[in-house]
Amino acid sequence: MAELNLVEAVNHALAYEMANDESVLLLGEDIGVNGGVFRATNGLQARFGCERVIDTPLAEGAIAGVAVGMAAMGLKPVAEIQFTGFIYPTIDQMINHASRLRNRTRGRLTCPMVLRSPYGAGIHAPEHHSESPEAIFAHMPGLRVVIPSSPARAYGLLLAAMRDPDPVVFLEPTRLYRLFKQAVADDGESLPLDACFLSREGKDVTLVAWGAMMQETLAAADALEQEGVDAEVIDVATIKPLDVETILRSVEKTGRCVIIHEAPRTAGFGAEIAAEIAERALFSLLAPVKRVAAYDVVVPLSRLERQYIPSVDRIVEAVRSAMEGS
Amino acid sequence: MGIHTSVDPETDTVRFLSPEGALCRPIPSSIGDELLVMLYRAMTRTRIFDGKAVALQRTGQLGTFASALGQEAVGVGAAAAMQARDVLAPSYRDHGAQFLRGMTMAECLLYWGGDERGSDFAGPRLDFPNCVPVATQIAHAVGAAYAFKLRREDRVVLTFIGDGGTSNGGFYEALNMAGVWKTPAVIVINNNGWAISTPCARECAAASLAQKSVAVGIEGRQVDGNDVVAVYDTVRQAIEKARAGQGPTLIEALTYRLGDHTTADDATRYRDPELVRREWTREPIARLRAYLTRKGAWSQHKEDALQRECLEEVGQAVNAYLGAQPADCNAMFDHLYAALPASYSYQRDMARRFSPRNGGGHG
Ligand SMILES: Cc1ncc(C[n+]2csc(CCOP(=O)(O)OP(=O)(O)O)c2C)c(N)n1
Repeated sequence: MAELNLVEAVNHALAYEMANDESVLLLGEDIGVNGGVFRATNGLQARFGCERVIDTPLAEGAIAGVAVGMAAMGLKPVAEIQFTGFIYPTIDQMINHASRLRNRTRGRLTCPMVLRSPYGAGIHAPEHHSESPEAIFAHMPGLRVVIPSSPARAYGLLLAAMRDPDPVVFLEPTRLYRLFKQAVADDGESLPLDACFLSREGKDVTLVAWGAMMQETLAAADALEQEGVDAEVIDVATIKPLDVETILRSVEKTGRCVIIHEAPRTAGFGAEIAAEIAERALFSLLAPVKRVAAYDVVVPLSRLERQYIPSVDRIVEAVRSAMEGS
Repeated sequence: MGIHTSVDPETDTVRFLSPEGALCRPIPSSIGDELLVMLYRAMTRTRIFDGKAVALQRTGQLGTFASALGQEAVGVGAAAAMQARDVLAPSYRDHGAQFLRGMTMAECLLYWGGDERGSDFAGPRLDFPNCVPVATQIAHAVGAAYAFKLRREDRVVLTFIGDGGTSNGGFYEALNMAGVWKTPAVIVINNNGWAISTPCARECAAASLAQKSVAVGIEGRQVDGNDVVAVYDTVRQAIEKARAGQGPTLIEALTYRLGDHTTADDATRYRDPELVRREWTREPIARLRAYLTRKGAWSQHKEDALQRECLEEVGQAVNAYLGAQPADCNAMFDHLYAALPASYSYQRDMARRFSPRNGGGHG
């Protein structure tokens, strides 16, 4: 089994699916000769040709829009948006068309496209290269929003996204692209969408996170272990639709929950999870549900970004206060 | 004939200086040697700054940086044609123009070094900050120009966009409004041949980008963007026209990006080095130097002095940048709203508590 980092895992998943399904094609800015600015599509144009790996003009709205058109006509486009700060022009197409085509045509036309983008802060990138807009897409009925947290999950979830009959927004934590390697069997096995992963079992508190924040969350779980707190960690993976059952089961077991995300706190996806728990598991709770999120500020330029991203210390403190709550 | 119906790159490209620095046609008498020397100095200053900024990035002292190497004539020529009271709406590679407007080198370094204070220009207080989302600045320029027109102010807005940026919907939408409203805006396309790895021909199938003006009913011009005289003179005319209430102009300046797209890019992956070598024979600084030297308006002695002067200025800017006290975590909150809403105090307190300065954990 090859040891891959996350961006290589993305590359392998794309290559696997292109080799096995002729309808899959890639489009985006600089994804061809250059292999993408993060090299996610490295070598794919040389292997599959310019007609299936398309360097597009610099026009995000049209990238998403032509993907809708391609998908409706039986192709499976995987569109790359170079950085999430530039994903906002696609929202018109994703919200007004990709997410609704099936519903609008009563299933006559569908939109099996994937919109991929590197996402999140932590790599000292310029302005608009570090945002976390998952909640915006999650709010839209008809879309799937998937965020991997490791190379193996990136590989399996991206394959699933490409095979899914509906539009998927696939956000790849840039901070994890090259952070660590993992053994990934390039065997075409997908992982389930719409399902949380139990990343660590524990009995005292449930930590819920996704994407790059799984790093700090798992580190916090290790630190808490030293203090005698046994944390269970859930990787949400598919933000929308949310596998709330797995989260509720865990919270019913532990009685405590801390939700961690890198997007700003207000109207972040953590609020949704907290609301589900409040509605459906309130009487299992031994302490109020806590959120550890980025502050409600513009992602700062690089000098302050480490103070923006929720730290292990912040998570540990939130868990301590949850532990006191009984 | 009113508006141009097409721009033919073969015949309509404005140029005064050939790549060898010979005169292709007479330089307007309004452009004296003093002005040419000023333009030369400004381009040299920009190039020396760029070299230093790239070196700082390579040694881990600066974040990602977008150099203007080879394109100095576009920013310098255009900004030199502006008045102080005009407004610049730059993209992210226009520090050549911004320096002439009064943005300091230290501010530029601060910005690329990851500190928002770099966009709080001490000099051009009304100029827009760098605009990173491609093509969104054109609408700002048109809106700003509308404000000037509405208030009958004698001001013009100048904005830059790259060749890749003209593929973006935002470019067309704003250009169209500029045409309908006849706003005093000058839109300069900095056509350096590349949008990261995408060559201009993969961005657009038209014979020129200046032609994009035709569909929106405004005048389009194409200039040799490595000839600072051509850029200056064409932009000056467009600014005068805009100031006289005769509406916007789209100017395509043909230049070449001699460096990587940014320090995060490696142009050897997609670009033939032979082409780059050829483009080095057309670059704007040597071209003007050859002309000025032949005229006796420039000399090796002056060149040496200028190099020293620029190196010293850049050195001082680097010291100011490196010596700047880092902002503390309050900076994330200070300028979010005019007054920080009361509900934020909890978050700001938490940020302070977890700030390394206050003994908190890393971040
Ligand atoms: C809307 C948007 N999409 C993508 C990017 C990422 N990006 C930064 S620069 C660039 C290429 C721009 O090329 P061009 O407009 O020709 O200007 P140049 O950089 O060559 O000066 C891209 C794709 C961006 N900044 N904004």
